[in-house]
Amino acid sequence: MTAVTTDANPQDARKAGRIVYLAAVVLLCAWVLVPLYFLLINTLSSPEAVNSFPKSFFPAFDLGSLTFFANFGGMLSALKNSIIVAALTMVLSILIGAPAGYALSRFDFRGKELFRLLILLTRAFPLPLLALPLAVLFIRTGLDDTALGLALVHTTLAIPFAVLITFSLFSGIPIELEEAAWTLGCTRLTAFTKVVLPLILPGITASAIFAFVISWNEVFAAAVLTIENRTLTAFLLQTLGEAPLHLKFAGGFILVVPALIFIFAVRKYLFAMWGIANR
Amino acid sequence: MNARLLPYVLILPVTLFLAVFFLYPFALVAKQAFTQGAEFTFANFRDVASHWKFPISLKNTMLLAAAVVPVQLALALLMATMVNRMKKGRDLVLYVWTIPLGISDLAAGIIWLAIFEQSGFLNSMMSGLGLVDQPVNFLSYQNPMMVFVAIALAEIWRATAIMLVILVAGIGLIPKEYYEAAEVFGASPWQRFLRVTLPLLRPSLQTALILRVVLAFEVFAVVAALGGTLFPVLMGEIYSYQFDLQNGNAAAALALIVLGISIVFTLVILRALRVPKGATI
Repeated sequence: MTAVTTDANPQDARKAGRIVYLAAVVLLCAWVLVPLYFLLINTLSSPEAVNSFPKSFFPAFDLGSLTFFANFGGMLSALKNSIIVAALTMVLSILIGAPAGYALSRFDFRGKELFRLLILLTRAFPLPLLALPLAVLFIRTGLDDTALGLALVHTTLAIPFAVLITFSLFSGIPIELEEAAWTLGCTRLTAFTKVVLPLILPGITASAIFAFVISWNEVFAAAVLTIENRTLTAFLLQTLGEAPLHLKFAGGFILVVPALIFIFAVRKYLFAMWGIANR
Repeated sequence: MNARLLPYVLILPVTLFLAVFFLYPFALVAKQAFTQGAEFTFANFRDVASHWKFPISLKNTMLLAAAVVPVQLALALLMATMVNRMKKGRDLVLYVWTIPLGISDLAAGIIWLAIFEQSGFLNSMMSGLGLVDQPVNFLSYQNPMMVFVAIALAEIWRATAIMLVILVAGIGLIPKEYYEAAEVFGASPWQRFLRVTLPLLRPSLQTALILRVVLAFEVFAVVAALGGTLFPVLMGEIYSYQFDLQNGNAAAALALIVLGISIVFTLVILRALRVPKGATI
C-alpha cells in the first residue's frame, strides 16, 4: 500500500511541475509579445483613436497613423537615410572585419593576443561617446552630416562583432578542406573562394544582418552626427518632445519591423556567434 | 604570399580602422576633457561635477542599473535553464524570447510609452476593471516612482535578451556528463544548477554582466522616450552639454567620467567572477 502512495506522489509532483513549467514559458512569451501587440494596435488605429481614451484592445486596421507618418515632413527621407547608413555599415564591417576573423582562426602569429584584446576592449567601452570628437573632425574633412561619416562610426560599433562572429564561423570549417584544395592545385586565394566562401556565405550574411541591425538601432551617435540628413532614430528622438502620439507609435513600429525579420533570419547563428565569443 | 606576413596583412584593415575611429577619437575626448582654450586643466571636471544636475543624474543612472541588472540576470538564467531542457518548440520559444535583441532602445521606450501614457493601455485596463475613474498621468513629476518603474520595466524588457543569448550559448558548452554524474550521486535539480551550471557558466556570466552593465550606464533613449527631463541620466546630460549648452569640453569630461565608471565596474566583475587558472570545461 505504502509503495503505491509513494509512487503516486512523485508522479503528481512531476505533473504539477510540468504545469508550472509550461505556465512560466507561456507567461514569459507573453511578457515579450504583449507590449509589441499594444504597439501594433496603436499603429493600426486612426490618429483620433490613438489619442482617445479608453483604448480598444483590438486593432482597427486603420492606416491613418501610418499615412500621417509617411506624409510628415522629412520622415521618409529619414527612413531612407537610415537604410543607406545601415547598408554602408553592413558592407564596411564585413569587408574590414572578415579578413581579421579569418586570420584569427587560421594563423598563430605574434601579437595575436594583443589584437584580440584590442577587439574585446572596444566592446567594454561606451562607444557612442566617440561621436563627440568625431563631430569636430568630420566638419574639417567634409564628412559631417553625411551617411558615410555616420556609417564609419557605426562600423566601429559593429566591427568587434563582425570579427568575433567570422572568427567563430571560420573556425567551424576544418582547415583540411583547404589543404585538400591546395594539393589539388588551388592557390590560397582560389581555395578560399571555391571551398571556404560557399560554405561560409550564410554565416557571413547573418553577421552582415547583425551589423545592419546595430546601425539601424543606434540613437546617440546618429543624433550627434547628423543635422540635416537625420536618420530615423535621430529624427524620432528630436521630435519626441513635440510630436503627436500617433507619429511616435507609427515611427516606433517602423523601427521594430526590420528587427523582427532580421532576428528571425539570423536566429540559427545567434548562439553559435556568442558561444565562441565567450572563450 | 608569404605565410608569415599574411595574417598581418589580413588584420591590417581592422587595426587601421580602429586606430583612426577608436583610439584617435578616444585621445581627442581625453584632450578635450582636460583642456580649456589651450591649457591643461581639471576645470571641466570641476564644472561638470559641481553642476546641480550631476548628483541626481549619477544617482539615477546607478539606481537604474542596480534595479535592472540583477533582475535581468535572474530572468536570463531562468529562461536559459528552461530552454535547456525543452524538447518541443525550443526554436520558436527562443525566437520569441530573443526578439527584443533586435529592438532599439528608442523603440522600446516608445513601446512602453504606449502602455504608460495617460490614454495608454495600463489606464485603459484599470478603468475597464473599475480601479480608477479618471486616467492617471503616470509619467509626470508627481509620480517619480512610476517614471522609474516604467523606465526599469522597459529596460528589463528590452535588454534581457542579450544576456539570454550569451547564457544559452554558454550552457550549451557544458558537457552533459557532468549533469549525469551529479544525478547519479543524487543531486536535486536545484543542487545541479548551483553546483554544476553556475560554476561552469562563469566565463559566460562574466561576458554577459560586463556587456550589460556597461550598456546600463549608457542608458539614454529609453529614458528620453519615457521620462524626458523628469529623470536625468548621465548620457542625457552629455547630450544636453553638447547640444543645448554647446559645451564640448564639459561633454567630454562627463564622457570620461562615464567611461571611468564603466571601467571600474568591468574590473570588479572580472575579479569577482574570475576563472581559476587552468580550469576549463
